[in-house]
Amino acid sequence: MTGSPAIDIRDLHVRRGKNEVLHGIDVQVPSGSITGLLGPSGCGKTTLMRCVVGTQIVESGTVTVLGSPAGSVSLRSRVGYVTQSPSVYSDLTVKKNVAYFAALYGQPSNAVTEAVDAVGLTRFATQKAADLSGGQLGRVSLACALVARPEILVLDEPTVGLDPLLRVELWERFDALADAGTTLLVSSHVMDEAEHCASLLLMRDGYVLAQVSPGELREQTGEASLEDAFLNLIRASHVGSEN
Amino acid sequence: MNVTIFAATAGRILAQLRTDHRTVAMILVVPSLLMVLLYFLYQNVPAPPGQLSLFERVAITMLGILPFVVMFLVTSIAMQRERTSGTLERLLTTPMGKLDLLGGYAAAFSTAAAAQAALACVVSFGFLGLTTEGSVTWVLLIAVLNAILGVALGLLCSAFARTEFQAVQFMPVVVVPQLFLCGLLVPRDQLPTWLEWISNVLPLSYAVEALQQVATHPGATGLMWRDLAVVAAFALLALSLGAATLRRRTP
Repeated sequence: MTGSPAIDIRDLHVRRGKNEVLHGIDVQVPSGSITGLLGPSGCGKTTLMRCVVGTQIVESGTVTVLGSPAGSVSLRSRVGYVTQSPSVYSDLTVKKNVAYFAALYGQPSNAVTEAVDAVGLTRFATQKAADLSGGQLGRVSLACALVARPEILVLDEPTVGLDPLLRVELWERFDALADAGTTLLVSSHVMDEAEHCASLLLMRDGYVLAQVSPGELREQTGEASLEDAFLNLIRASHVGSEN
Repeated sequence: MNVTIFAATAGRILAQLRTDHRTVAMILVVPSLLMVLLYFLYQNVPAPPGQLSLFERVAITMLGILPFVVMFLVTSIAMQRERTSGTLERLLTTPMGKLDLLGGYAAAFSTAAAAQAALACVVSFGFLGLTTEGSVTWVLLIAVLNAILGVALGLLCSAFARTEFQAVQFMPVVVVPQLFLCGLLVPRDQLPTWLEWISNVLPLSYAVEALQQVATHPGATGLMWRDLAVVAAFALLALSLGAATLRRRTP
């Protein structure tokens, strides 16, 4: 890690309803690389991402993004967020959706073509979003974030329901973005995607169990598959908490 | 406010509206058809001597009320959709200001309302023999102002609805009492005092009074200007309250 982290989270507690769902998270996300946020459904991944984007009311702790408190006005054009369920206008065409978000971020029209192309939807650019498949819709949603050319891209389960070829293509796209200096925080509940990440945040029940690289995780646990390694880590943490 | 974002938003909402041909047709044509229905409804009712005929009194009022009702409904549903589809939360993470969004809605739907009111005026004044002492331009202006009021109240009410079903239910709550108390059914000075007080704090009362001023006076009267100012103030108040209900951070 060089320089200051893109995202710096200190002792973050979040309460939703009566339950505390994040219990004192301390995490630093390095700049210009892909960080994977992994863990089972309901472990707090989405809540943590909402904290980074600044849409979540937090109980205590600090979330600093690019040197400013999360959700600051200055960050709104620098941080892109793609929610798990596609949030686009289903009655507009792919191109109009992306063009609208381009206008919100003050981006020129060639950025629109570029973003639509980046998610492989050029062929469908003039189709209504409502006529697309679920996976395609997710990619429209992604294009609406890419068009802003953000410095930080927060993606909540971007590859769910995509065919394997497309998944590989998207991860290549994420790699290219990271190489160009973009910081990506990508959540997933499938461990085989962890391989693409420079750094992994392993979450369970509102705790971050570890922040490691895939290589370190294998080394620490002595497991060859990341799935088994994560399992190993969970078991180890249980033993720790019971003592 | 950011002009580019505001204009892009108004354009986006109009583009969404355009894709829905049936809604466009209904927004444009239904009020005109209702005016025709009113015309035949009162065809055989004799006019009281020296007064406006019943058709004229009701029709001029309806030209102002219909845009209000239609735009209230359209807006509260559209905004509700924006909430449930997650696009609202997404928009609030972008550089967009809350007033850019609300202003965009107000501009887009009042454009639609202007087209609607223009058509209804052409039908009423051109074919149904409706006449006013004042200029038709005033009628149009008041109709558009009422539409903006409808948009503003629709935006505000949608904040208190979790589903589209609930959003629709706000119509009898917000619109019907105003319809009863605005002076159309019973002249406001003949209402029991306590109802007159309520009528005095409802914006539609002022809109209807302004229309009656246009109907019976050749020039713009001071009372009409005051009424228009009151309606505009109500719309602004509702828009600001609506902005206050938009939260960038949620639990």
